[in-house]
Order: sequence, then C-alpha cells, then structure tokens
Amino acid sequence: MADTLDRVQRIIVDRLGVDASEVTKEASIKDDLGADSLDVMDMILELEDEFSMEISDEEAEKINTVGDIVAYIDSRS
Amino acid sequence: MQLMEGKRVVIMGVANQRSIAWAIAKSLHKAGAELAFTYQGERLEKKVKSLVEKEMPGSLCVPCDVTSDEDIQKAFDTIGEKWDRIDGLVHAIAFAKKEDLEVPFVETSRDGYGMAQDISSYSLVATAKTARKLMKDGGSIITMTYLGAERVIPNYNVMGVAKAALESSVKYLAYDLGPDHIRVNAISAGPLRTLAAKGVKDFNSVLHVVEERSPMRRGIDASEVGDTALYLASNMSRGVTGEVIHVDAGFNIVGM
Repeated sequence: MADTLDRVQRIIVDRLGVDASEVTKEASIKDDLGADSLDVMDMILELEDEFSMEISDEEAEKINTVGDIVAYIDSRS
Repeated sequence: MQLMEGKRVVIMGVANQRSIAWAIAKSLHKAGAELAFTYQGERLEKKVKSLVEKEMPGSLCVPCDVTSDEDIQKAFDTIGEKWDRIDGLVHAIAFAKKEDLEVPFVETSRDGYGMAQDISSYSLVATAKTARKLMKDGGSIITMTYLGAERVIPNYNVMGVAKAALESSVKYLAYDLGPDHIRVNAISAGPLRTLAAKGVKDFNSVLHVVEERSPMRRGIDASEVGDTALYLASNMSRGVTGEVIHVDAGFNIVGM
C-alpha cells in the first residue's frame, strides 16, 4: 500500500536524516541508508508509535530493506 | 515567582526527544531554569544541538565523556566560564554492552560488568566530585535508576547490578555532600519507551506487565518523571536527600 510506504519514508527521512529519494523499497536500512544499531532501534520506536503496533525483537532483526518494513506492517494491519 | 527562576542546572544524558533527561529538561525549563546540556561524541552532538536549538535556544551545549576524569573536568570548566555557579545536576547516563544484555546474568563478562559499573554508576561519583565545586550555594543532584536495582527484572541483568551500586552511591554521596547543602536523590522511573530501554530484550512485555498490575493500572509518562525531577531540583524538596523516589504508577509495591 502506497500509504504505508509514504509514512515509513517520512519516519526514515526524519530519523536518519537522509534524502527522501534515497528511501526506495529496495534500499537496505543499514547498508544503503547508513543506519547503525541505535538508529534502527530509534526507527522501530517511531514505527511502533506511528502504526500503533509492536514489533518484536525477532521481527526487528529480520528487517533489512525499506520494503521489508512496509511488507511487515501491511501484513499486520 | 517560578520554582526554578534564576537556577542553573546541568543536564547529562540527552540522546533524543524520547530521553528521560529531555523530559526533565522540559519540566525545569518551563519552571524558569537555565540549562546546560552535556553530550558524548559527534553522533549525539548533532542530535542534542538541534533539539536544544529548536526548543530551548540559548542553553549551553558542552561535550563530556564520563569515562574520562579529564573530560568531566573540562566540561565543568567550560560551564564554569559561562556561569559562576550551578544549582543542580541531572545525571541520566547508563550503558551496558549489548552482548551482556543478551545472555543470562551468570554469563556476564568481567569486562562488561566493569564497563556497566563505570559508565552507569561511577560516573555519578565522578561528576558529583567535580560539580560540587560549582555548587557554591548548595545544590541538587538527581540521577535515574530502575526497579531492576532492587529486584530481579528478567533481562535487565548487568544493568540492575549497576543501578544497585548507583542507588548506594546516592546515599553515600548524600552523606558526604549534606554539610555543603548539596542534596543527592534518585528517581526510580517505571518503564518508558526510550532508546536505552529498547536495548533491553523483550522490553515491550515489561510495559504490559506494568500496565496490567501496577496500582494505577497504567504505565507512566516521561513528563511525570520530569515533574518529580522539578520537585527534587527545586526548593520544595529542601529537606530530602539520599532518597529513591519511585515514579512508577506504584508498581514497586505490588507482590504479584
């Protein structure tokens, strides 16, 4: 869903300080967008608030790309 | 007159807008305090400065790595150049290695144990030692602790032991600094969705337990910790030192 992608993009741009154009579905959070483990936790907190959901530690570890996040959120809603 | 008018407080430990230290800063700022923030490293420098510029322009921002006595001295020298005295210090700093939070406590490494103690507990002693010289009219030192210091909270592990040392340090510091009218207290906050808390395995389940079982049947809000810190930093708490105040919706009194 485009809407989910938009909201995820907004959070990533805000928290990682990257350009919106870099935040494609294929972009790897760590390798392409330069997030370290603290950035990832920060992002998870924001995502949990934005989508009123909980992302378990196990699920969080499986996230690699922006598309993974969108797919996970859409599968839960 | 506002509670903190004319008072100057150093805040250590803001990482981002979710930090407990930031909630405390907001309460003190609203009550008229002047604030100085310390941060560690470039990564946090950017975050802290942009937050402070946006919401509390005019506050001081000073680098400080609490693992170095020299660095602590330098930070307070810098603050001392701008301010002739300080009235308060908020210490909201802790660290444990991720590896040590992922294994049973019995597997804690020597190195990780020492590091958690150094950054989470000794840093209070080290900063109190330096900051007291600037507390010329007395002052209030506030640190952050957690129930995991008193009881076993699964997965809190090495950090619980460090917080136990921190709480004990609060009492010994309170005794030593009392004659100088410097009070030392801790706030034991219920779980909050901070970056640091996310480092504890399965943190979300801790939140649920508190929401279900605390006397108030809810979790807490960071602003509630901020306002308790305001009480401790202000003259309202002038007779209180060596205390650990629980801001946890009462969770600590419950046996089951």
